[in-house]
Amino acid sequence: MEEKEMVRQGKKEVKRTGEEMRPGPVFMPAVDILENQNEIVMLADMPGVDGQDVDIDLRDDVLSVRGGVSLVEGEKETPVYREFNWGDYFRQFTLGEVIDQEKISAKMENGVLRLVLPKKEKVRPKKIQVSVN
Amino acid sequence: MALIRWQTNPGELSEQSDFDRLRQGMEGLLDSFGSPTPSFTSRVFPSLNVTEDKDNYYLRAELPGVKSEELDLSVAGNQVSIRGERKIPAEKGEFNYHRREREGGAFRRTISLPVELDADRVGAEMKKGILKVTLPKHEKAKPRKIQIAADK
Repeated sequence: MEEKEMVRQGKKEVKRTGEEMRPGPVFMPAVDILENQNEIVMLADMPGVDGQDVDIDLRDDVLSVRGGVSLVEGEKETPVYREFNWGDYFRQFTLGEVIDQEKISAKMENGVLRLVLPKKEKVRPKKIQVSVN
Repeated sequence: MALIRWQTNPGELSEQSDFDRLRQGMEGLLDSFGSPTPSFTSRVFPSLNVTEDKDNYYLRAELPGVKSEELDLSVAGNQVSIRGERKIPAEKGEFNYHRREREGGAFRRTISLPVELDADRVGAEMKKGILKVTLPKHEKAKPRKIQIAADK
C-alpha cells in the first residue's frame, strides 16, 4: 500500500486584536479535538515549545492556549534559506461543555500538547429508563 | 513552472488588440521570473530553515510528534536527505472528532547546500518537536587565508 505523502502546510499567523507584549509573529497551532462521554481531548502541534512555557486558561467557557517558543537560532548564525518563522502559538476555543477545572491535565511531548478536559459530573448524559406498562 | 491567468475581458475585446494582450502576457511572465525573493513555495513537508556560521550549516525542521527513531537522515556530498513518517496514533476509546487538523503521513525531502559537507561529523538532535542537524563544512570547502610572500 502506498503511504500518504505529506504536504507542507504553511503556519497560519493569528490576527491580533491588541498589541502583544513580546514582539514577533504569533501562529495558530494545528489541533485535533476529540470528545467522548467523559472528557474532551485536545492535541496541538507546537514545535519548539517547552512544557513550562505553555499557558492554559479557562474562563467561563473560553479556553485559551498559549505556547511560548524558546528554541531559537544561535546569535552567530546567518540565515541561508528560510521556510518558517519562529514565533509563539495562540489559540482560543469556546467550549460547549462544563469542564471540571480541578481535573484538567496537560502534557507536552515532542512539541505536541495533549490537554485533557474532564467534563463535570452533572453534564454527563444520564440514561433515563422509560417505564413501559 | 508558474501558471499565469489568461487575461480575458470580454467587454474590452474589441478595444484591445491581440498584440496588446500578447505583450501584457509577456511582461507578466518576465515579472514572475525576475522576482527578487527566493522561492519559498516548496510544498514538500517538512518546513526547513538553514543557517550557517564559519564552520557549519545548521538545518532545522519542524516535526512535532515525530520521534527520532522514526526519522532517517543521510548526508552525501553537499546533499542532506530527511525521510520518515509522522504517525498520529488513534485514541483509545470511543471518541468523536470535532476537529482534525493535524496530519500524518510519509515524507522525504532532500536539499543541496552550496558546499561539500563533512558527513562523518554530522550531528543531529530532536528536541521539542524540532530537528536540528549540524552539518560541518568540509575542510577543503572552507576559505583559507593565503600568505603572500613579500620581498625582504
